[in-house]
Amino acid sequence: MRALRAVWDFIVGDDPLVAAGVAVAIGVTAAVQVWWLLPIAVVALLAMSLKRAAS
Amino acid sequence: MKHGFGGPYFSGVSGTELGLAASVFLACTVEAVEALTIVLAVGTTRSWSSALYGVGAAIAALAVVVAGLGPALTLLPIDALRVVVGGLLLVFGLQWLRKAVLRAAGLKSLHDEREAFERERQAALAAGSARPGVRGRVAHVDGYAFTISFKGVLLEGLEVAIIVLTFGSGQHRVGLAAAAAGVAVSLVALVGLVVHAPLARVPENTMKFVVGVMLTSFGTFWGAEGAGASWPGGDGALLAIVPGVALVALAMVIWLRWAPARPHAARAA
Repeated sequence: MRALRAVWDFIVGDDPLVAAGVAVAIGVTAAVQVWWLLPIAVVALLAMSLKRAAS
Repeated sequence: MKHGFGGPYFSGVSGTELGLAASVFLACTVEAVEALTIVLAVGTTRSWSSALYGVGAAIAALAVVVAGLGPALTLLPIDALRVVVGGLLLVFGLQWLRKAVLRAAGLKSLHDEREAFERERQAALAAGSARPGVRGRVAHVDGYAFTISFKGVLLEGLEVAIIVLTFGSGQHRVGLAAAAAGVAVSLVALVGLVVHAPLARVPENTMKFVVGVMLTSFGTFWGAEGAGASWPGGDGALLAIVPGVALVALAMVIWLRWAPARPHAARAA
């Protein structure tokens, strides 16, 4: 159990919403097949994560 | 030229591959400097032999991880591989970039190797007496020095191993990525051996910022490509993505610096 927790912490890091957001963004990109969606998602995820960390 | 932008620099290495090698080199340098600090702290305060046993055991464990994951990754079809690699790089890259932006904005303490060394050294001294010496022909192993050294090298090295595997397999250049990592680790080990002190002058925070930008950029590129999207300009799109991500990150540093209220400023690293 501790090992699973360590792997989770290692991959997901401090902000699980970022990892979830990346998974969703890649899934949506696969569905609509447009290149610009992922860069927009990355900027939005970073901004939201930083806002959460700063407040 | 097989891939890439900017033409080959030397004997078949394209701009993309050079970017890959530079990113892996920087990431590995940063992680190796942090691992060196831990090994130096327990080595100088407790037992060099036990600390080095820990390093050896961690390297063996990392070799098992790489030997297991590496071939598994190469079995995946290229698009599936790039989705997995892109996703992992993006998750890692955004973590690095998030911390780097928070540090640059003054919302998180800058990483200081001297402080980290002193913290590890005090902890090692407080952990009870070391038991150096030799009984017969078998050297005593100091459990604390072994464990801390093992954990430090394993945790820092695991991130390096995943970066090498994902970067390398995404471009089908695991050898190049491994070579860049090997040069970085050897260089840090050599300098550490000569200096015999934590490498506090290495501009770690700047390097982490650059690595975060590169991981996020390659992750975005491969993630979208693996998901079936086509980038305008092919691999050349990286020429726009990398500076674009860097500019966005710098803009976020400025935004956070100018943000009015920072009640939890300067948390520990």
